[in-house]
Amino acid sequence: MAERLTNREGVKGMINPTRYGIERFAYWLQRLSGLGLLAYLIGHIYETSTIVNGKIAWNQMLGLTQTPQGHIILVIVIGMCIFHTANGIRVMLGHGGVGVGKPGQPEYPYRAASLNYKQRLCIWVSIALAAFAMMYGAGILFGD
Amino acid sequence: MAVVSQKASDTITASSTSSNSVILRISRSNLSNDHSTTLAEFKVPIQKWTTVLEAILYVKQNLDHSIAIRYSCRQASCGSCGMKINGKPALACYTKISELNSNIITVEPMNNFPIIRDLVVDFKQLFSTHKKMKPYVVRNDSELVPGTKEFLQTPREAEEYLQFSYCIKCGLCNSACPTMATDSSFIGPQGLAQAYRYVADSRDEGKKDRLKIVDQSHGIWRCHFAGSCSHVCPKGVDPAMAIQLLRGYLLGFRK
Amino acid sequence: MRESIIMKIHYGTALGAVVLVAIHILFRMTQNFSESLQYQNVIANYHFLPYALMLEVILILLSVHGFNGLRVILLELKQGIMYEKAINYGSIGAMAVLIAYGSRTILMAGMGMS
Repeated sequence: MAERLTNREGVKGMINPTRYGIERFAYWLQRLSGLGLLAYLIGHIYETSTIVNGKIAWNQMLGLTQTPQGHIILVIVIGMCIFHTANGIRVMLGHGGVGVGKPGQPEYPYRAASLNYKQRLCIWVSIALAAFAMMYGAGILFGD
Repeated sequence: MAVVSQKASDTITASSTSSNSVILRISRSNLSNDHSTTLAEFKVPIQKWTTVLEAILYVKQNLDHSIAIRYSCRQASCGSCGMKINGKPALACYTKISELNSNIITVEPMNNFPIIRDLVVDFKQLFSTHKKMKPYVVRNDSELVPGTKEFLQTPREAEEYLQFSYCIKCGLCNSACPTMATDSSFIGPQGLAQAYRYVADSRDEGKKDRLKIVDQSHGIWRCHFAGSCSHVCPKGVDPAMAIQLLRGYLLGFRK
Repeated sequence: MRESIIMKIHYGTALGAVVLVAIHILFRMTQNFSESLQYQNVIANYHFLPYALMLEVILILLSVHGFNGLRVILLELKQGIMYEKAINYGSIGAMAVLIAYGSRTILMAGMGMS
């Protein structure tokens, strides 16, 4: 009842990447990749901690992670890392007012200057870099 | 969860003389009666230039007088008729049925605003947040003192904040914002854009106060430049630009 | 701490982590991938002091950046004084735990205590 009274979209609205263009999709992907990378960081810290338990323990851990499934996860992590970094730099610069356009007299059809081609290009470049890095990473991991 | 009333008796048909018509689904809710939200369906005749507002008023006039809707100027000046049209916040008077490219038009109250009834939502939080931004020129002196009877401003200086002054407080930006979807304490794109409107005004001396107001955990830092606010703004205010320019002051990119 | 200071730290750790993680990955690429994961090669890296220090700095930067990001997401999901206090202190605690656990690995491996 409380949720209906406030009429907030809730998590469903926040995690919906559609309806508002590529910038909203980039926001959604930035959040998703951030959470994914945090989960990987915790796993990676745990995984590398087995080195202090000796060679056998380390090799046992490698047996778990150096599998096709492990490699697929690593390829996804590579993609998330590159996208999060590249898009993060775009967002950081945007937060400082760089690349968001200049104020002026709005003219019909009132296209927002902040949603300009530079921002869209950076988002697509981030996605492309991530895809390229994933392919390169997959080549190394599965090619070995 | 909205329920579409599919019964034949609920689907009220309009005049049979029109050659073009659409199905208009209007969200109905009356919280004082504790009814659940339903979608009432109406067949409405349209022409090439019919707006969503005209379609709703046609229904109100001819088919169901009880529909609650807020509207006034019919020309995207007052900001009263903001609602969710086919899933996206828009002004009903500014949205032509023909540009929606659909035979079924669903109108619902704007998200992130409490519902009063049907399509009418409560703007209390938007107005109170707007007031917290000190939406007036803050100055220690008065324009009567310098003897010019006004604070002089060049056209270039006026352009720095002009587009942000075009805000009609329609609330569409707050409805589209992904942070507003979950964060009830967030200032919102409308408030932050208006804070910048006055900070950018060369006549204003309240920059420090306003920066302090927005520099809080549910303030400017909960904006992540998703840009949805600027995507839906009907007046070209571009709140996303205003927020990033305002943040530039806090990050040291601007002095 | 003011939110602007926290966010400046968030941006600073991001930029620092980008540079150092790039170096970390480049280091791994000096050898063939499976070779670089061999026990003796990994231990040798921990014995090389500048590399071990770099790993420690990466650990701190990424823990701070990651858990602050999680804190931001969680703060937006729900509001309330007790909840926000719990999230703020919980994030700091989680950062500390991860940094401590990772530092333990670096110290023990670096000092040959394996």
